[in-house]
This record gives sequence, structure tokens and C-alpha cells, in this order.
Amino acid sequence: MQDLLVSVNFFAWALPALLVVPLVGALLIRLFGRTALPDREPGFAPWREVRNLAFGTLVVELLIALLLWLGFDPAGPAYQAVADFPWIPEWGARLRFGVDGISLAMVLLTAVVMPAAVLGGWTSVTTKIRSYYALLLVLTTGLMGVFLSLDLLLFYVMWELMLVPLYFLIGIWGAARRVRASLKYFLFTFPASLLMLVAIIATYVAAGSQSFDVEYLIANTDMTVLGQAWLFGAFFLAFAVKSALVPMHTWLPDAQHEAPIAAAVALGVKVGAYGLLRFALPLFPAGAMDSTVRTVIIVLSVVTIVYGALVAMVQPDLKRLTSYSSISHVGFVFLGIFALTVTGVQGSVTTMVSSGLATCALFLMLGMLHERRGTGMIANFGGLAKAVPMYATLFTLFVLSSIGLPGTVGFVGEFLVLVGSYATYPLATVVGATGVVLAAAYALWAFQRVFFEPLANPENAKMPDLNRRELGVVGLLAILIIWLGIAPGNMLRRIEPAAERLVQGVTTAAGMAGAQGTPEAP
Amino acid sequence: MLLQTAVSATAAAHPLVGTLASYVWLVPLLPLLGFVINGVASLFPAYIAGPTDPSQDAEAGHMHPGDAGYGHPPVAPFYARLSTVVGPLVVALSFLLTLGILAAWLAASPAAPYIQTYGAWMPAGDMRIDWAFQVDQLAITMMLVITGIGTLIHIFSIGYMRGDPGYSRYFAYLNLFIFFMLVLVLGASYPVMFVGWEGVGLCSYLLISFWYSDEVNANAGKKAFIMNRVGDFGFLVAMFLMFANFGALDFAGVDAAVLSAGQGSAVITVICLFLFLGCAGKSAQMPLYLWLPDAMAGPTPVSALIHAATMVTAGVYLVARSSMLFALAPAASLLVALIGALTAFLAATVGLKQWDIKKVLAYSTISQLGYMFVAVGVGAYTAGVFHLVTHAFFKALLFLGAGSVIWALHAAYHHTHREDDAQDMRNMGALRHRMRWTWVLMWVATLAIAGIPFFSGFFSKDQVLESVAARALGSPIAEVSLLGLPGSGVLWFIYALSLASAFLTAVYMTRLMIYTFHGPSRVGAAEEPQVREAPWVMTLPLLVLGVLSAFGGWLNLPELFPMGRLHVLDAWLEPVVGAARDRLSGVDIHLSHNTELALVAAAVAAAVLGMLVAKVFVKPEVLVPKAQAARSRGFGGVLERAYSVDQGVDRVLIRPTVTFSRKLLWRGLDNGLIDGLLVNGSAVVARGFAWAGSRVQSGNVGSYAWIFVAGALVVLGVLTFR
Repeated sequence: MQDLLVSVNFFAWALPALLVVPLVGALLIRLFGRTALPDREPGFAPWREVRNLAFGTLVVELLIALLLWLGFDPAGPAYQAVADFPWIPEWGARLRFGVDGISLAMVLLTAVVMPAAVLGGWTSVTTKIRSYYALLLVLTTGLMGVFLSLDLLLFYVMWELMLVPLYFLIGIWGAARRVRASLKYFLFTFPASLLMLVAIIATYVAAGSQSFDVEYLIANTDMTVLGQAWLFGAFFLAFAVKSALVPMHTWLPDAQHEAPIAAAVALGVKVGAYGLLRFALPLFPAGAMDSTVRTVIIVLSVVTIVYGALVAMVQPDLKRLTSYSSISHVGFVFLGIFALTVTGVQGSVTTMVSSGLATCALFLMLGMLHERRGTGMIANFGGLAKAVPMYATLFTLFVLSSIGLPGTVGFVGEFLVLVGSYATYPLATVVGATGVVLAAAYALWAFQRVFFEPLANPENAKMPDLNRRELGVVGLLAILIIWLGIAPGNMLRRIEPAAERLVQGVTTAAGMAGAQGTPEAP
Repeated sequence: MLLQTAVSATAAAHPLVGTLASYVWLVPLLPLLGFVINGVASLFPAYIAGPTDPSQDAEAGHMHPGDAGYGHPPVAPFYARLSTVVGPLVVALSFLLTLGILAAWLAASPAAPYIQTYGAWMPAGDMRIDWAFQVDQLAITMMLVITGIGTLIHIFSIGYMRGDPGYSRYFAYLNLFIFFMLVLVLGASYPVMFVGWEGVGLCSYLLISFWYSDEVNANAGKKAFIMNRVGDFGFLVAMFLMFANFGALDFAGVDAAVLSAGQGSAVITVICLFLFLGCAGKSAQMPLYLWLPDAMAGPTPVSALIHAATMVTAGVYLVARSSMLFALAPAASLLVALIGALTAFLAATVGLKQWDIKKVLAYSTISQLGYMFVAVGVGAYTAGVFHLVTHAFFKALLFLGAGSVIWALHAAYHHTHREDDAQDMRNMGALRHRMRWTWVLMWVATLAIAGIPFFSGFFSKDQVLESVAARALGSPIAEVSLLGLPGSGVLWFIYALSLASAFLTAVYMTRLMIYTFHGPSRVGAAEEPQVREAPWVMTLPLLVLGVLSAFGGWLNLPELFPMGRLHVLDAWLEPVVGAARDRLSGVDIHLSHNTELALVAAAVAAAVLGMLVAKVFVKPEVLVPKAQAARSRGFGGVLERAYSVDQGVDRVLIRPTVTFSRKLLWRGLDNGLIDGLLVNGSAVVARGFAWAGSRVQSGNVGSYAWIFVAGALVVLGVLTFR
């Protein structure tokens, strides 16, 4: 496999291809047809072609990502498949891309959930179809760029390239209160990312205004602990807002509730946590390792786990409930990252994957429910297990993964996070572990009200079960969730070297900067 | 293929390699296969509508004369027949294979457990968790109980669930349960055991809520799962502690690591307490017992299999499996025994006043599980496992017998179109005339659970009581102090509670038998002639269990009753738990002949007295059917409502949490404070965006989006390709 890939020079063009392929798809879609396509029913022939084009593009993307996954050598160099082009020589900014185990996991996750979202929501969008799919493809490029960039300025551009299509996707194709939701989304994320831009420039200047290359910056940033703490704070704020860490989370339930399915799925990809792992922690180790900073973050993480679960419990709407449950997952992700143990970081990345998959699957299924019944309010349902048994079975599985049942990938992530964080923050870990109880409470309570109890509403009784397309999409996601739950070894082995480097780099650098590296339990 | 290569590579040295034991992976795999087949079958209708008579259909309601097909038996299409064959067969095959493994073990009598590794599960950092099974005497014992009793209950279910629209789904869940239960007892490490541990919890949830259209059933399933999760939280924390302190999570590694730790070390005590929280959840001990009475909402064979014979004993298994840890934490062990004794006593008191026949048995199960924890708590691990096994026999029999009764009453009600409670003993009485087999066999089980010589329960209960007394008379565990109380005093208190529970057990079981089978009939004049014994497919498993309940005591005869080979189970489990037992109880704990005789006499006296008291005080003549019954008052009412603990928890814990989350966190903080402060409060920004918003609504925004994206690309391109 490796030889074959090398022989076609795969590792030289794989990453640029991941970024360019969706853009080409978007361009083709934009150029499709001479006049604007009318808003029609989903079966309208030119529409099918637009959708096929979008889906085909994303399948190509998935194939490239899969080959990259297979070709990745866990024992190899830190960044693989590196592609490097000149960009803005005056500033020392380059188009530099590369993957390590962590970004690889996120790239593959994105490459899986985006086509799944398109196929799962095949008939859900009925207006301005070309713009919708084209923006979705641009969004894919943005997400991929975020995960692949090794240049800080490039990362920022990609970050914006991901934020802005989402804003439009929510604002145009969203549900009734879409404008409010997209404004809220913008109001939270835009100032935060501006703050990040300022911090990026400050970092650049502090390193001698030579280069935006991440490795260069890590090696050459000369700063006091205090300076590091400030810059770290700025980055952290941007990433925490995007991750929807409590108390910066209230935009997410609104956004995911109003967003079209694919956008809701994309919002479930944890770019914020990734940014912490790739940039904030390695760039400002002393700031991140400062015991006060860490204690505050650990407390926020644990609060997020519990808070997200408690608020999820009282949501009357399934989409909001799913959002809050993914907020609870974010708490686990942050706990694992800031425990700064290899196991914890591996657990965090696994949780990012599992939460992304669960969010994708659940939002797809909720979208299917919306298409059938036009609502996601729990009170409108009951007894669905009788009406749509296949739908109910698969939904059960995704819920179980989301609450961390062993045998699903959700458990692997949570377990590794907690084992890893116990080593540094035992008390916080124990409090965080109560999340498993609360998760069972919110998930089963909602599940009962939707799928159990009498099938009273005749509208629900008439609901058709999953069709073949829907069954195919969520069925594959189900298999993936179980497979990664039973045999996560391949993923963990790829993540491990990157996690080790991160933990080692941060702890030694923080030690050199004279910071107090020994954390205290909150 | 993959499995076999891995197996041969890792366990080449063990004497069991190449014997039937090397196929141990097939034991759980067969039920898993059954789950898949039945799961697929469940997608097709199990019983053809039309000329059917769904006598057990709780969802569709009953048919009426004049309905098409009224009075005809249900028609089972191919898929239902498939489930009838596959469901019980896979479990029976597992049982046969387990027998083969037992034979192979006895033939080779290896000194060490046989561990089969199938590959890495979670290789992360310095942690390595493998998919691995461990076969040893304890695991084989549990496997025999699970697959043996499991087979009988699967066969019983063929009759009990006949005609249910969810027939195949039922067998799918039941097979899945057997799979997870086998993983639980076979897992070679705590995490693999945890897979089974949570898996059986899931199956329990699915089966309690099996007739999910009824909100009561759905509530019961949810409650069981959440309470179990509280226990699972304890299990998880115990694992974190173990990994942080021992660097291992497999049984062999943990056992090796703890040997160096000292007696009574604080870390081990804390680990044991968290593990016991897990046990309390799974095995319905205080304070997490509340779910088990509600779990009776599931089909009765499920109650027999999951909520009496197997799953609920997993906690006892966990303590026995972790005996090396508990032996090093005498204070924690003593606490386990104390909680067991308190649970046994309190549950028995509640059992005195229940009317629902299954509720009596549920509280009885909680009480008997308490006995098992008394045993494993004082370090009498074999006694605990012995009682686990005999209890599996007689309690499965009691539940299936109750199932027969309920089935018969249900059929009779169905015949006369009466809607009434087929589980309430006030609607029964005098059934011995109509259900001879069930009557006789349930009496066998009653005598066994009451501890009448020489039924199975007599021997196991006696061994538990005797172990407690022996420890109280002098042993390391009697030396420790619990919350300032001397260990020996606590042990005598435990003994007294256990003896009192034995008395109460005899009372409530005799009461159950009298109300159900004796006295005047309250079934109803029209229904009475319709009540008849269940078909053989249901009665035959009862018969087998009856034999086991009567003679199960021969598994472990004490010196006092040399009626065969002595101490078979003691000797069998000695390699697994012997060392741990000696640490807690001292090496020499033999009682004098007279003391032993006195203890047996006390236990028998308690049982006989209990039965006599019940005979004198239980008056079926004055009982009226449920519909006419008045609400109980006074202390009887308190017991009938089970001390109102459920209502208390609801009022003190659950409602406040929900209100707090809704009013304060969501409405208050999220919608009020954060949104108000950050979003709605920033009026200037908002106004600016309101303009943008109006543009968005104007419909032109598609173009705006394009302007933005195109602009961004142009900037990028210009910068790149200058």
C-alpha cells in the first residue's frame, strides 16, 4: 500500500488535493446551468445533478482521506505528506500543510461526516440549491484547511473560510429563527476570532517577524510567562467559544437548532479543541501550564460536563438536547487535553471523533424526523418504536454511543480521558465521571418520551420507516461507531506519537520557562 | 481464523490449550449469533394478524367475540418458529460447551487460570487493555449457572411469550443478555468485565421496558438503567484508582500489585468502597435497591433470569473476583457485610406486606442478595457463591412458578374478558387444585428459600450464618473497627439481622404460598374453571429447577451432614478465593461440633418458627379481591408502600434537580444571563447586525455569500500567485 502510494507521488499531492477538490466541485456547481434554477420539489432533475456533483466531490475527498489514513506511518516523522508553497514572502507566510495523527483523525472525521450529511439530508434543502451545495463544499475546504495548516496565518485564513460559509448556511437555509441564530453565532465567534488574529500578530512579532511557520514559532517565541499567559488566553477564548465551552456555549444550541442538517453536522466537528492541541498549547506552554490558568480551565471543563448534561435533561426539543449533550462532551475533551497526559490527549481526540460521529448521526436522524413530521419537539412524539422500528433501533445505538456505553467509540473516548485526567486531577475526574449518570438520565428520559409510551398521535403512526438511502447512511455510521468502539487500536496508535510529542513538548518547554509545572488538584 | 491464530500464539503453555476449553470464545459468541438471527427475525411480523388470538398482547388489547379470528390460536410464521428454535438452542449449545470446558478443566486440573487474548482493545499511553477472557473455577461456576438456568428460562419463554408480537425481539434481547453476562464473567480485566457489566444493564433496560407502550414499564426500565449507572460510576472510579495506583487493570496484574500493599491500606479501602458502589447498583443493595421492585414490569421469565438468577448476582461475583482487594481492606469488607445484612433485613420486612406476587419475590431477591454480600463481606467467598448458586435454582423456580400462575390467570381473564390484575395475590387463592405441578414445585422452592433441612437453601444459608458467627468469635476481621464500633460487635449484629431475616423469609414465603395456592378461591366464579396448568414447555423447566432446588445442597455438604462428598464447592473454589479468605478470617476458623449444632438449630428454628407464624397469622379467609380491598393503614401500610423511599427520593433528589436545571441553569443562566449580557445586551452591535439581518431576509443574500467567498478567494489568489 505504502509503496503504491509513493509510486504515484500520493503524499506530495494528497493535502493540496483535499483542499482543492471541494473548491473545484463548488466551482462546477456554481457554473452549472445558465440560468438560476427554480425552487422545486426534490425530484427535479437538474437538482439531482447538482446534488450528485456535490456528493461525488465529497466521496472523492473521502477516498483521498482514506488513502492518507492507510498510508500514514505512526512511526514516521511528526508531520507527514507535507506540502509547502510560497505565499507571502514579505511576511514569511507560506502555504504549508501537513498531517500528524491528531489532524489525520480530524481530517478523516470531516471526510466521513460531510458526505454523510449530504446524503442523509438529500431531500431536506429545497431552495437555492446550487449556492447551498457550493457553500457546503467551500466549508469542507475550510475545515480541511484548519486541520492541515502548519502556518499560523494560513490557519487563520482557513478558520475564517470555515466560519463564514457556516454563517450564511444558517442564515439562509435555516429554520424559522435562522436570522437570530446566525447573528448569535456571528456575535460569539467573530470577536473571538479577531482576538485570535491580534494574538497571532503578537506572536509573530514576538518571534522576530520572520515566519508564521508553527514549528519555527514554537522554537523561537521568546516571551515572559505573563506574556504567554495573555496570548494563551486570547487563543483559548477563541477556541473555547468555537468549542462551546460553558459559559461560552449558548450560541451552539440555537445555531444547531436552526441550521440546515449539513451545517449542524459541520458544527459538531471540534475545530476549537483541535486548535488548542495544535497551536495554543505548543505555542504558549508556560501560559497553559500556569497552575491558575489550568485550574480555571479544569473547573470550566468539569462544569461543562455537568452543566451540559443537566441542561440537556430539561430540553423540550431533540435538536437542542443533542446540542447540549455535545457541549457535555466538550467538557470531556477539554478535561483530557488539560490533564496533559498522553492517555488523556488520546482520549480527547477519540472523544472529538466520537462526538463528531454521534452528532452527525443524531442530527441526520433528527433531520429525517423533521422531514417526516416537521417538528423535533419531544412532546409531539411517543411510541415511535412501534411506528418506525428500524429508525428507533439505530437511534438507540447512537444515543448509547453518545452516553458512552462500552462497545461503542463513545466509551473509548470517555474512558481514556478520565483515566488520563485522573493522574493529574483526581478530584475533577471523579466529579466529571458523574457525567455518565447524568448522560443516562437525559438520554433515556428523552428516548422514552419519543420512542416508548403509547403511540397516541395518528400522524406519528403513519410515519414511514427509514428508506434505503437513509438506512445506508446511518447504517454505515453505526458500523463505524461500533467498529471504533471494539477496535480503536488503529486510531489510537496513529494519535499516540502526536499526543506524546505534545505532552512532552509542553511540559519540557514550560519547565524551561520557569513556570510551575506541577499542577494542583482544584 | 483470526481468533484462533491469536489464541495459539498467546497461550501456548497452558495445559488447557488444545482441549475444548480453547473454544471458550464460542460460549459467548453463540448467544451473540442468536441475537443477530433473532434481531433480523424481529423485523418481520412474529405472528400473523388475522386468525390470531394474541393472549399475551398487552399492546393491542384483547380481541372480542366477533373479531375476525377470535378464539383461534395465533399463527406463527417462519420467523417466529425460527426464534423458537434459535433462541433456546444457542444457549443450550453454550451450556454443553461449558460442560465440556468443565470436563477439560477437571481432566487437566491446571494450577493457573487459562487466559485467552484476542488482541489489543485500548492501547493508549502506558495503558494496555486487551480483549481477553479468563477461565478459572469461579468463571466456570458462573458460566454453568448462566447458560444452564438460561437454557431452562429460554425454553420456558417459548410458552410464556407465545403469541406476543415482539416474540423474536424478546429472544434477541434475551440472547444478547446471555452474551453480555458471559463477557462479564469471562473478562480477564476490569474494563472487559465492565463491557459485560454495562451490557447486561442495557439488556435489563430493554427487557424491563419490553412492553414499552405502557408508561409504567418504560419508567421502570429507565429507572433501572440510571440507578445502575450510579453504580457504574463507582466501578469506573475504582478502575481509575486501580490504574493510577497499580498500573494495571487486568485481574492478574492487579492481584500481583496488591500483594505488596499492606493490610488496611487506605487506597485499597477506597477502591473497594467504589467497587461496592458498583455492586450496590447492579445487585440492588442499599441505597441503590429501588430499581429492582420496579423491574418486575418486565416479562416474568426476564425477572427469573436477569433479576433473580444471574445479572443481579454480578455484584457478588465482582466481590469474589476482587477478593484479593477486599481481603486487604477489612473495614470495607465489614461494611459490605453490614450493608448486606441491613438490606436483607429491611427488604424482608417490606416483603411481608406486598400483594403483587412478583413484588414479594423482588424484595425477597434483594434480601437474599443481602445474604450473599454478608457472606462475601466476611470473607466467606465460597459461601456467597454457594448461596448465589442455590438461590439461582430456587428463585428462578419461584419466578417461573409465579409466571405460570400469572400466565394461567391471564388466560382465564382473557377467556372471560375481564380486565384485572393477574399478579395480585388478592385475586388468587386455592390454585393448588387447578395447578398441581406448579403448586408442588413452588413449595419445594419455598422450603428451600426458607432454609428447611435438607433443601438446597438450608445448606447455603446455614453456611453463610455459620461463617458470620465463626468470624465474630475470633478472626482478623473481628479485630477491625468500623466507625468506632468493634468488629466482633458488628459481626454479631450482622448475625442477628441475618437470623431475623431468615425468620422473616419463612414468614413472607409461607404467606405467599398460602395466599396463592391455599384458602378460598378469589379468582372469580367465571374464571375459576378456566385456570389450568401451563403447557409442558413451561412446566418442564420448573421440574428441573425443582430437582435442583431440592438437592442443590449436595454441591457443598458440611461435616455435620455427611450425606455424600463434603465441601465440593469449597474445594473447587479454593484456588481462587482461598488466600483472600485466610487473610480476613484467619487460617483456623473451625467451630466446635456443639457450636455448629447450636447454630444450625437456631437457623432451623427461625425457619420453622417463621412458617408457623405465617400459618397462624395469615388468614386468606378474610381477604377480598384487589378491587374491593381497602388501603392498608398503620405500620402495615408503611411496609406496603416500602417505607415510601421512592417518593422521598423523587421529592428530595429528582424533582429539585430537574427544577434547578430548568429554572436556574437553562432559563436563568443560559437564556437570561449569558444571552442577555453577551447578545441582547450589546445593543449597538445588535443594531448593526440587524441591518445585515434585514439584508439576509431580503433574499439577495445568496449573492452576498458569493461576493464574500469570491472576494476571499481573490485575495488569497493574488497573494499567492503574484
